[in-house]
Amino acid sequence: MKTARLVAVLVIAAIALGSVVGGFLPRFDYARQDRDQIDAGPSSAHWLGTDSLGRDRFARLLHGTRVSLLLAPAAAALSMLLALAVGAASGLAGGFAERSAKATIDLVLSIPWLFLLLMVRALLPLNTSPALSAVVTFTVLGVLGWAAPARILQAHASRLRQSQFMLLGCASGITRGRLLWRQMLPNLRPVLLAQFWISVPIFILAEANLSLLGLGVAEPLPSLGSLLREMETVLSLGGDFCRLAALLVLVAVVSSLQIAVSHKEAY
Amino acid sequence: MVRSISRRCILAALTILAGGFISATLVRYAPGFGSDERQLDARLSSESLAAIRNETADERGIATYYAGYWRRVWHGDLGTSRSLNRPVRELLAERVGVTCRLGGKAMLSAWLAAALLVCASSLGRAPALSLAATVFSGALLCLPAGGLALLSVILNAPGWLALSLILFPKIHRYLSNLSAATNNMAHIITAKAKGLAAWRILFWHVFPVIRREVLALAGVSVGLAISAAIPVEALCGIPGIGQLAWQSALARDLPLLINLSVLVIAGVTLANSGADLLAEAREART
Amino acid sequence: MRRFVLSVVLLLTALLNAAAALDELRFDLRSEPKSFNPATVADDSSETIRYMTGGVLVRLNRDTQKLEPELASAWSMSRDGKTITFTLRTGIAFSDGTPFSAADVKYTIAQLMDPALHSPTGDAFRSGTGKVVVTTIAPNKVSITFPAAVAGLDKLFDQVAIVSSQSPKKEMAALGPFYVAEYKPGAYVYLRRNPNYWKHDASGRQLPYLDAVKLEIQANRDIEFMRFTRNEIHLINSLDADYFDRLSHAAPDKVRDAGASLDSEQIWFNQVPNAPIASYKREWFQSRNFRQAISAAISRADLCKVVFKGHATPAMGPVSPANKFWFNAHLQPTQLDTKKALQLLQSDGFRYTGGKLYDRGGHAVEFSIVTNAGNRGREAMATMIQQDLRAIGITVNVVTLDFPSLIQRMSESFNYEAALLGFVNVELDPNAQMNVWLSSSEEHQWNPKQAAPATPWEAELDRLMRAQASATDDRTRKKYFDRVQEIVADELPFIYLVNKNALTAVSLKVQGAKPVPLRPQTYWNIEYLKVADERAGK
Repeated sequence: MKTARLVAVLVIAAIALGSVVGGFLPRFDYARQDRDQIDAGPSSAHWLGTDSLGRDRFARLLHGTRVSLLLAPAAAALSMLLALAVGAASGLAGGFAERSAKATIDLVLSIPWLFLLLMVRALLPLNTSPALSAVVTFTVLGVLGWAAPARILQAHASRLRQSQFMLLGCASGITRGRLLWRQMLPNLRPVLLAQFWISVPIFILAEANLSLLGLGVAEPLPSLGSLLREMETVLSLGGDFCRLAALLVLVAVVSSLQIAVSHKEAY
Repeated sequence: MVRSISRRCILAALTILAGGFISATLVRYAPGFGSDERQLDARLSSESLAAIRNETADERGIATYYAGYWRRVWHGDLGTSRSLNRPVRELLAERVGVTCRLGGKAMLSAWLAAALLVCASSLGRAPALSLAATVFSGALLCLPAGGLALLSVILNAPGWLALSLILFPKIHRYLSNLSAATNNMAHIITAKAKGLAAWRILFWHVFPVIRREVLALAGVSVGLAISAAIPVEALCGIPGIGQLAWQSALARDLPLLINLSVLVIAGVTLANSGADLLAEAREART
Repeated sequence: MRRFVLSVVLLLTALLNAAAALDELRFDLRSEPKSFNPATVADDSSETIRYMTGGVLVRLNRDTQKLEPELASAWSMSRDGKTITFTLRTGIAFSDGTPFSAADVKYTIAQLMDPALHSPTGDAFRSGTGKVVVTTIAPNKVSITFPAAVAGLDKLFDQVAIVSSQSPKKEMAALGPFYVAEYKPGAYVYLRRNPNYWKHDASGRQLPYLDAVKLEIQANRDIEFMRFTRNEIHLINSLDADYFDRLSHAAPDKVRDAGASLDSEQIWFNQVPNAPIASYKREWFQSRNFRQAISAAISRADLCKVVFKGHATPAMGPVSPANKFWFNAHLQPTQLDTKKALQLLQSDGFRYTGGKLYDRGGHAVEFSIVTNAGNRGREAMATMIQQDLRAIGITVNVVTLDFPSLIQRMSESFNYEAALLGFVNVELDPNAQMNVWLSSSEEHQWNPKQAAPATPWEAELDRLMRAQASATDDRTRKKYFDRVQEIVADELPFIYLVNKNALTAVSLKVQGAKPVPLRPQTYWNIEYLKVADERAGK
């Protein structure tokens, strides 16, 4: 497992470095359309070929990775913070607080937030820059994505509340805040981490779907999600494998992250 | 226990009422409400266009409309879909079964696969298997729902398989981390030190500890299944609730959306409440 | 006994085989049909069903673009263009056996013109205030008088499906080649051949040749495409260029490019005086030079090549060359000319510095283009226009919105700067575009509902459109409408980009198909289509 973790860390580092550094090189222009080279295969000029508008796929992959891997973990962290605040705190408190939090979580899980997203779009100026629209989109995802992990955190916190070490802590007069911070949080970490690593690819994909509502990363700025949306049509089949590059990068990043920080096996 | 159940029922009813109102308000005030693509039909006269805009007149006062909605529901009338020109009751009756079957099969298969994989990783004590499972579930998480749905159509696979593949990695990740987190517990270390068999430790000492979280996850997975069913049904052309929800959302069909929202809220609330009750009942017994 | 049982089994098998050997055409509808009432049809799927089940008095031949007799064997129009008289065929019955007569025509017109119905087909006939009078001269002769002249009156009856005034089945009793036998919501509509259909082929055989048509409801184009490649459906009536290209490599004899369709793609700028946009931007959009510069800076050839894979032609105006009679052949396509674009902008006080364009007030020229999300072609076009305009220093932001939000912005709040959309033209007659060109109309997209024309050229458009509507002679009307097209080409309230080609896919099993640019492209001659059986001998 140590070797696996090392390889995973190296993969993450290579992808991160490549997307950051490569994104600043003028050779890799993600917006330039070479209209005589549409859907072209790999070549010395275009290492991963071109997309349907003649744009360099490798350049778009570099920039898209940078955008998504910067913003999606930030959004996931935001949703974890909210989940912790609502789920863990109410699970620790118990009683009415826990019951109300459960009802709120059920509500948030089932309300059609699509319409709220439409309102957000309506409030944004039409000339919002692609970068700002990306930040807004991921912030919205982070704000809306806390309910499911909050439910599980709450169940976990509720169980921990009744555990012996917590009862001992209460009896010893330790404050709730300290109990939450010093005793409960470390025990919630596995659940938190699981949800965090699940949220990152979910948010990356969700961002692309939000383009149907006018949110999402605006053209010509690419994101991993928008690159992956190319795969949602039968026309992507039978093309060259370069179309799968975005998927491979995302899989590599997500799997590597999970391996690199996975909880140690006890068996 | 009876008190707990009755309290939950009241809370569930309040949640459904509040949730329905919030959903209706969101639909009413979302951009595009009252707009109709017929407004772009150059053949229509100004009187016809005015009539089209007036079709949603009785939906504009949302509080009044919502109160009227529950009054009609009390008499068994769920309203008429504006976009499909059919009674909502008929539409739901045709489609609820389809989605329940789709979601049921998907959840069952996803849970089964996730549980089997977690057990195999724990029992087998093979890091390679655990690694492979991590990469596999990670890869599935990265596949767009649309891509999975399309793949299932291309391979002539059933729609529930695509939905199952969407749910599986989330369930697996949680279960895997939950089970691994209990490894460091004192009683588990003791059990291992005493030479208990791996399967015994897993089923007698690990699962009972994480039962509450697993049940919570089961409740949450109902909500996940419902939201994932929307793209799968829409893309696979399955005539279920998910497809109906998407069509009605695009058409801002308030009469239909209210009913769908209430149905979803009721489903999620009942699933989560049921999971909590089961956990409480189990703990009361032990 | 054994022989008897065997004979019964064989007989049943033969009967089942015979029943299974229906000549059945299958293709997909892209949405749920909203209405089976021909008068209230407003969506594509309902129109498909109306076309195949509705009997009309006259039919526009989609191939020759000429009007032909159908249920009416002859017709004549009064000189003032207000009255049309039809002589009906006799001995015709609806699909349920109810006889057809002039009373049914009277009933249909009364329904259609009912103001409470708000029928799009009926609205096309409205020419002035006053009642429409239908006179039954004889059981097989009927005359319809309108309060004012209706331009292209006879051709409008191509859209009027006659319903029975007596049948208990109401609008479900059909005079067309098929009738609706079964409807499973969310799944399919099943049409069966009308046993009482009046038309026969040259050899005297009763039409239609097909026994049934199965229309499955399938919104997803990828699935529709796959179903066609798997031979589960026989045709795709309207194919996107991407799919056409893919299919033409795999099965070139199944795809047909019928040439330019009537449809167009265009962008326009918001010129509404009280729209919630910056006043300096409104000044840009109201400038003819600005609009002409934008038009000159867009490469239409690239749009045709990249987005439509060569299956489109640069558009010149509101009428496609596919509309043989009404197209103004003197119009020239706009060529890409960034130098000309910059000259036009400079003449309006714009200056190009450091790769960016600034107006007189020092504002960097930047605006947004809204279009409907989910339409890959339009999203691609918007992105290409973004790059084209960057070459003259203009920053364009592409905003894709869901359709209701887009409609609300364009028709109610006017909270947009530029829009990219397409026009689907169903009718050849320019009178169908009346509401687009009249400045007082709600459909006058760039500045609707004007109390008085805002510009002299819009006043001229109003005059010309009214003149062509009241003229009775097509040549006179064409002169007026040619002038409309010239003004539009000059003032560019709409910057027309491309006319898409009519792309279709038809299985080799389908006989008699002859795709054309006009809708419905593949099944316009549905009564003459056949599906070849795979078994030998048929």
